[in-house]
Amino acid sequence: MSGERPRDGLVRSYVVTGGRSTPSRNHFDAITLITCSAPGPGRGGLSPEQRKVLDLLAPSAQSVAELGARLHLPLAVLRVLLADLMSAGHITTQRPITKSDRLDRKLLEEVLAGLQRL
Amino acid sequence: MLDSSASDHRTAPALRGDERTVKILIAGHFGAGKTTFVHSLSQIAPLSTEEVMTTASVGTDHTSLPEKTSTTVAMDFGRLSLTDDLVLYLFGAPGQPRFFPVLRDLAFGALGALVLVDTRRLEDTYPILELIEDLDLPYAIAINRFDQAPEHTVERLREVMDLEPETPLVICDARELRSSTDALITLTRHVLTLTPENAA
Ligand SMILES: Nc1nc2c(ncn2[C@@H]2O[C@H](COP(=O)(O)OP(=O)(O)OP(=O)(O)O)[C@@H](O)[C@H]2O)c(=O)[nH]1
Ligand SMILES: [Mg+2]
Repeated sequence: MSGERPRDGLVRSYVVTGGRSTPSRNHFDAITLITCSAPGPGRGGLSPEQRKVLDLLAPSAQSVAELGARLHLPLAVLRVLLADLMSAGHITTQRPITKSDRLDRKLLEEVLAGLQRL
Repeated sequence: MLDSSASDHRTAPALRGDERTVKILIAGHFGAGKTTFVHSLSQIAPLSTEEVMTTASVGTDHTSLPEKTSTTVAMDFGRLSLTDDLVLYLFGAPGQPRFFPVLRDLAFGALGALVLVDTRRLEDTYPILELIEDLDLPYAIAINRFDQAPEHTVERLREVMDLEPETPLVICDARELRSSTDALITLTRHVLTLTPENAA
């Protein structure tokens, strides 16, 4: 555990995101994979946190949950950073998760086969 | 705390970003074995992500702190690649009712939930089952065998948890990869039986 992690996430959220509330929640599900655009636009004007996101994405795509854990940012805060990075063209994502995803039999059969191979 | 880094040769491949991702919730009351389960299966060093809850979502145990505007919930998670195009994420979901709003969020789009149970704390499992049923999330029960736990028959356990006849119940050891994998296989099979052939 990191001792310097803020206890009050709302205050932190306000500072990092400039006080805006979270947009397009489902677009950044915990398991949505984020990829760095290549070549991306210049980094001028990006916040330190946004630069850190892009640094983490350079070697490998990452899920929103992994980015949150590595940056020690609550997902609510991270989602706002990601929305801004996406609208500026720095990152791309998979399509949003939908509730009906779990109804796909083919996907479930692949999960089952994958688990059986472990 | 188990140090898995020295002896652990499992490694997760780097992700391209176009893989399909699936999540399963590993639910259960305090101390049920959620973190242990996620550690057993994960191919990455398990990480913890945080969600922030506002006062409106916080249960009555915080009424003595009127100044508090938010609380942070940490969720352990792990990742394993099932194929080069399919990645499974496991989230250890906190079982205290005051964290249920976060579970609700996490459950969106999830394949299902595995509910870990220590039979010494059965009553703590009931609210979790109610929530998961309320979320309409398919689930299976994994009884983790703890050494001092009383011996109950499976029939008795199913009865006190008021399980539907088709809900799977397995005995599990969350410390073992094989046993934990089998529990997930049981859950996935169960979800398949609930999923119509012609679903889009
Ligand atoms: N005998 C036995 N012990 C287990 C099993 N699973 C976990 N344990 C032990 O139980 C203790 C608690 O396990 P955790 O994995 O930390 O439980 P948890 O659900 O993550 O706990 P919280 O996050 O505090 O709610 C640890 O000492 C584990 O080694 C099991 O299947 N069998
Ligand atoms: Mg835990």
